[in-house]
Amino acid sequence: MADEIAIKVEGVSKSFKLPHEKQSSIKGALINTLRGGNRSYEKQEVLKNISLEIKKGEFFGIVGRNGSGKSTLLKMLAGIYKATSGEIQVNGKLTPFIELGVGFNQELTGRENVYLNGALLGFSRKEMDAMYDDIVEFAELEKFMDQKLKNYSSGMQVRLAFSIAIRAKTDILLVDEVLAVGDAIFQQKCYDYFQQVKDSDRTVVFISHDMGAVQAFCDRAMLIDKSKHLLTGHPQEVAARYSEILASAESKKDKNQNNDLVHAGVGGAEIVGAELMNLSGEPVTKVSEGEGFTVRVHFVSTKNIENPVFGLGIMGLNNESIVGPNTRDSEIRLSKLPKKGYFDATFTDLPLSTGTYRIRASIMNESVTIPYDFVEQLTKVTVTGKKRFGDIYLEPKWDVSTASGGRNE
Amino acid sequence: MNRVQAIFSKQNRALLSELVRTDFKLRYQGSVLGYAWSLLRPLLLFVILYIVFVRFLKLGTEIPHFPVYLLLGIVVWNFFTEMTVQSLGSIVGRGDLIRKIRIPRWIIVFSSSISALINLGLNLIVVAIFMAINHVALSDTIFLVPLFLIEVYLFALGISLILSALFVKFRDVGYIWEVILQAGFYMTPILYPLSRIPNLTLQKLILLNPMAQAIQGIRYNAVTHQAVTTQHIFNSTWLALIPFAFVVIALVGGLLYFKSQADSFAENI
Repeated sequence: MADEIAIKVEGVSKSFKLPHEKQSSIKGALINTLRGGNRSYEKQEVLKNISLEIKKGEFFGIVGRNGSGKSTLLKMLAGIYKATSGEIQVNGKLTPFIELGVGFNQELTGRENVYLNGALLGFSRKEMDAMYDDIVEFAELEKFMDQKLKNYSSGMQVRLAFSIAIRAKTDILLVDEVLAVGDAIFQQKCYDYFQQVKDSDRTVVFISHDMGAVQAFCDRAMLIDKSKHLLTGHPQEVAARYSEILASAESKKDKNQNNDLVHAGVGGAEIVGAELMNLSGEPVTKVSEGEGFTVRVHFVSTKNIENPVFGLGIMGLNNESIVGPNTRDSEIRLSKLPKKGYFDATFTDLPLSTGTYRIRASIMNESVTIPYDFVEQLTKVTVTGKKRFGDIYLEPKWDVSTASGGRNE
Repeated sequence: MNRVQAIFSKQNRALLSELVRTDFKLRYQGSVLGYAWSLLRPLLLFVILYIVFVRFLKLGTEIPHFPVYLLLGIVVWNFFTEMTVQSLGSIVGRGDLIRKIRIPRWIIVFSSSISALINLGLNLIVVAIFMAINHVALSDTIFLVPLFLIEVYLFALGISLILSALFVKFRDVGYIWEVILQAGFYMTPILYPLSRIPNLTLQKLILLNPMAQAIQGIRYNAVTHQAVTTQHIFNSTWLALIPFAFVVIALVGGLLYFKSQADSFAENI
């Protein structure tokens, strides 16, 4: 039983025909045919020669960057897309959906949507009658079932969708990034459900960007990059390789990025780029926990700007501002902005936890009310080290003398 | 046999009934009269056509019970129009489902056709009431009427399958079909009695259209033997079979084309 194959994919490729210009008209097609075939189509290979085997009862992760082809692979497993070449074998019943709340209709009530969604999962009305109360109770939406779905918050919709979806009694579950939505309590519910599924002998194919979830649940994982299968193996191994790919893509992007900064400001001065350096002045993209770094911000000015104020901000992954110092708060007075120049902001004794942080910068007027230029995503800094909770790590002085039966000695 | 069983499996039936239900709930949403519009629409159209063509232009005086005759024609033609137009947009309209869930694609077209059938049923009740009011004597061949309706349904189904699949690739199909329907309405003897066409060859040509043949057949068996049918004007049985051949061609062609396209709907929408 344990070694039986649930899904076998052999040499599967998928390509899409992408029209150069949208050609949804017969005239266009006619002209095309007259010109000699599908000349204005471009073939885009989304997956190249993918093979994999997933055993029964396995929790299998698929990891990859946006546009790597992982969702296309999942859609092919689900039978929504057909492979261009190669073969997919599935042993057992498969969930037919890859997203929560497919077919939800905003104009119908919660109750009607439950039945509609249930039918899409293959349940008859009778079967739905039997499990209706459980679904509503799990979603905690008893009072709202006779309201139209458009009056639900997005969180409520997701809860309803999730509690229907988990009724699907299939052998193989396909999950695409459900954890990206919902609040912390709902995510916990998802995790609990995943744990439950993991303990049963059902097979799960799970697509996620969240390496934490992949490492926590998956028995094995697969990494796809640029349409190709890079590696299948232990989740830890895959996660490590994935962050390497991300880092190299980031550094490539950073090199090109200076030209396409998004500016928000009244003009007169422009931030043109930034460099990240360690405390010895060497250019870096990563720093270790506790180590400091310097951000050098280059600017040009086209107007006479008196008494400017420089600002710099560090933001967490969810775009929340962690710190946002400026030269005025630090009581540094500048007289006149030069035509071209840079300023340095150095952080020593860095309390940031492991992770990637965004850095923004601004040049403002004396009273910090008008930004001449403001760049939200100037550059990034990655902090490596031991994973800790929270964006900032502060070591408290613990006193546990009254909370435990003495120290372990 | 197994495939037929799979088509009518419990899951597919449940899905079909849920899709039809949703369709009905949503169709007249926000309108005060709601479902009554299903009946009012053809009735109002009938009133207009009746006033213009029967009262002013004096058409159909030679045909007994002409108002019922006219209404029946309109109801059957309306069914054909409604079914094909709704099916045409059905696959594209359900694009969200098709891109994210594996369900048999034909169920979507099928559910549109069932909605149209239910409407036809309601409309036929109105026709029956009109027949009673007008004291139309029931013919002893009235049992043939459902057979003609089945013919119309199968013809419309074949066309619906072709149109819905074509519409995924070419959005022009919607406009083209609108024009064809408009032309079809006048090329089918709905407003005018076929006997008004002086040229016999032209009469024959008109009756080769399955819609004309079926509507005349229904009228003949339900309202009055004055309705000219294929039996009257074709001396050869083979010629009379041509409309049926068109139905078979549409249905088989529709099934084959839809089947060949269904796998790529998700990526083409």
